[in-house]
Amino acid sequence: MKFSSSPVLSQAVPAWRSRFVVLMLMLAFASLVGRSLYLQGINNDFLRGKGEARYERVLEIPATRGRIMDRQGDVLAVSTPVKSIWAIPDDAKLQPAQARQLAQLLEMDVRELNRKLSSDKDFIFIKRQIPPDVADQIAALKLPGIHQQQEYRRYYPAGELTAHMLGFTGAEDEGQEGVELAFNEQLAGKPGSRRVIKDRRGNVVEDVESIRSPQDGKDINLALDDKIQYIAYSNLKQTLDQFKAKAGGAVVLDTRTGEVLALVNLPTYNPNNRSKLSGAQLRNRALTDTYEPGSTMKPFTAAIALEKGKFRYDTPVQTAPGRLTIGNATIHDSHPNGVLTVAQVIQKSSNVGISKISLTFPPETMWDMYDSLGFGTPLKLGFPGEVGGRLRPWKKWQPIEQATMSYGNGISVTLIQLARAYLVFARDGDLIPLSLTKLDTLPPQGKAIFSAQTAKEVRSMMELVVQPGGTATKAQVPGYRVAGKTGTAHKLEGGQYANKYVASFVGLAPASDPRLIVAVMVDEPSNGVYYGGDVAAPAFSRIMAGSLRTLGVAQDAPLKPVIITTDAKEEF
Amino acid sequence: MARLNLILLAIAVTCALSAVTANHKARKLFIELDREQSRMHQLDVEWGQLQLEQSTWASHARIEKIARDKLQMKTPDPKQTLTLDGGKP
Repeated sequence: MKFSSSPVLSQAVPAWRSRFVVLMLMLAFASLVGRSLYLQGINNDFLRGKGEARYERVLEIPATRGRIMDRQGDVLAVSTPVKSIWAIPDDAKLQPAQARQLAQLLEMDVRELNRKLSSDKDFIFIKRQIPPDVADQIAALKLPGIHQQQEYRRYYPAGELTAHMLGFTGAEDEGQEGVELAFNEQLAGKPGSRRVIKDRRGNVVEDVESIRSPQDGKDINLALDDKIQYIAYSNLKQTLDQFKAKAGGAVVLDTRTGEVLALVNLPTYNPNNRSKLSGAQLRNRALTDTYEPGSTMKPFTAAIALEKGKFRYDTPVQTAPGRLTIGNATIHDSHPNGVLTVAQVIQKSSNVGISKISLTFPPETMWDMYDSLGFGTPLKLGFPGEVGGRLRPWKKWQPIEQATMSYGNGISVTLIQLARAYLVFARDGDLIPLSLTKLDTLPPQGKAIFSAQTAKEVRSMMELVVQPGGTATKAQVPGYRVAGKTGTAHKLEGGQYANKYVASFVGLAPASDPRLIVAVMVDEPSNGVYYGGDVAAPAFSRIMAGSLRTLGVAQDAPLKPVIITTDAKEEF
Repeated sequence: MARLNLILLAIAVTCALSAVTANHKARKLFIELDREQSRMHQLDVEWGQLQLEQSTWASHARIEKIARDKLQMKTPDPKQTLTLDGGKP
């Protein structure tokens, strides 16, 4: 049957129905045209962005972290490139043989590797910070879905010597401790970015544009001298081994600039291999641990006594019968000494003597003196965990406390605070801030705490300490005049003084024109010997001798045999 | 009229071709620049590695051990030392 004679055609259809259909079709067409005009003409950025996203990427270029060097330019911390192995678990379908090979190269357990590869995420790290040669071997295997990424790993050539000073960085190359943290902003630099064209598989086909070049981190020159650091470390270690001590610290300061030439703590750790670290090893004791300093505080009281004009170096002080009762408490000297001059009070380290001197001043005067020397306030060098020690407000002082503070009990300080305070005696009365970084210019004149006359006189008193009749003949350094003070402090445990001690010695040399301050602290010497003059003074002597020789400082004393007598015993 | 069209067409084609050439040259130069920069970076990294190696070989502990054990050296006595003041501060 032909189409034209079909019975369907003879039916009458209302005209509006066909027009309605045409109208609908035209509206549909118009809306399509409108939409297409809108997308192409007005809102084309969105589509263009989508198009570019198929082939263009903006990559971040990491910046190299700056090096840390000692004052001479010897490298102390440097970043070297390493690779990380990462995978897209969906793409990484490995044969068992391949998985075993990969696990063996990475020194990982095969089960662990398989567990990672079957994770749900789009991106997973298999292992980070692989040496480049292992990474090359893995690349040669051409495993699907396994990729490599460039990363940096920090190496510390000096290892445990500089561990506390330098600190370390974390996996993201951010400083976490020490100088790495304190100067992180300078060291980190700024990453750059570039636009590239990538193919379907993610390989970079072509570079289109460099948006921003990476700014590499700046190198930092520390004030540290790694020879002096080594001398301090090896001698402190020898001392700790000899006297079976729990821990120790040593600080060497340059008196002219306030630069920290050495800072060592023991126990220490190897920052290159941080797999098993204990809390004790990590402690940067010189900066974060406070302790009652004991008699090393006495020179400050002597200084204020001379400064205020109430005493002279030869003013007699009665210390008989070797004890002093204040309120309910009694202060003891281990040997009754009778009448001593102020100089002898320092030389023989008499607690009774210094307490009597201290009590002639109002509490506010003593507090002002300690406060201006920096006790009770953190040094703010930028290290995490820095503390300021404890100096109670003078209004709360009882007379007994004022007395005990003069010989270093009832006040707590850090080793570095103590070393810095001794700058007043080395610099003829003024105090400057410390510097961890190498200074190119001399610092401006510091804050004057004592007059030059007072500082020189107390320094002379401290010279007597290392001569026969003093408590530290073992601190002598052949060829140089040395001034210093011993300290043997009971440790507080649970509010009670225990039979454990902190032996310390702080001194400066050459006394005629001081160049260096060395402060040594030994925590819990346990083989029977514990006086500062026996434990810390010899370490001081060796460290000071080595440091002066390293710096080529001229000798200022005629060479004579070093006389070591039975020392006047340290008072607590 | 037809000739004007032809000339304009020729100019348009020339412009297009020169745009392509310029773009191509720019990309080539960029790749070369990038290669040199990356080489500079590589050398910098190598320098860092060499410094690291030098510090390890020259570490004080190692030098002291060799000096004392192998070479039988000792630290000079202060009596044997004479300091000359060269005028340095």
